[in-house]
Amino acid sequence: MFATAAAAILVALVLAVTRAVKGPTVFDRVLAANSVGTLAILLLAVFGFLTRRPEFLDIGLTYALLNIIGTLAVLKFFRHGDLAYDVDEERKP
Amino acid sequence: MLLTLLAVVTLAIIGQRNLFGVVILSGVYSFLMASVLIVLDAVDVAMTEASVGAGISTIVLLATLHLTRTIEVRPWRRSWAPLVLALVTGLAIAWGSLALPPFGTPDAVIHRHVVPRYLADTVKDTHVPNVVTSVLADYRGYDTLGETTVIFTAGIGVMLLLRGARRRDGGGGDDGAGPRA
Repeated sequence: MFATAAAAILVALVLAVTRAVKGPTVFDRVLAANSVGTLAILLLAVFGFLTRRPEFLDIGLTYALLNIIGTLAVLKFFRHGDLAYDVDEERKP
Repeated sequence: MLLTLLAVVTLAIIGQRNLFGVVILSGVYSFLMASVLIVLDAVDVAMTEASVGAGISTIVLLATLHLTRTIEVRPWRRSWAPLVLALVTGLAIAWGSLALPPFGTPDAVIHRHVVPRYLADTVKDTHVPNVVTSVLADYRGYDTLGETTVIFTAGIGVMLLLRGARRRDGGGGDDGAGPRA
């Protein structure tokens, strides 16, 4: 069962990478990168169970945190063109 | 199969002219590389790859893009020397790896030198149950200390450079705000 899941994740990974490579706009690439990160987490978890080491789940959690940070940085760059943008600074006179 | 995906992403990075796309694709590359390393049973290296490659590098490269332009300038002349050099180096490495023992052989030379002693004495010497941790933090303590010193020095250098730049910027901003007020 885990082997089937791993194969399905690999197929999804191929699709996501295809979108990341072909993607006409940058947003496609951002979304594809995010899904590749998520799929890497899933692959890590499934591979952990496949090799009977479910401790890999903890590492998967760390990956998820990293993925969030990366996506947040990219989106912040898009919205403001600057990573060190501060919302409070705009409100100041 | 993961390696094929890696190669595809690498070719896409080379062909990509929009540097923002390159940053995103290198994040994809890092996650794929981390998956390969997990399959190769090097979970700690995969961890580093994911955190440094996909996490910090993406953010640092984006910050760099903020300072530069996001479209790569088309080179005005093509030179083949770097390609030839890279191919020759790659072939030399591949040729050298032919002489290595097969992956995971327990009686390879590298596994017979000090590894049995580490495996036998780790708990007695260091009271750390994880052998990798004990080797990195105890048996190779001075090596790790040296690495940490190098990274610390590099960090201090970057901080000094960035502080200098910001002070110059801040001075300019103050000068600009003066006349307006």
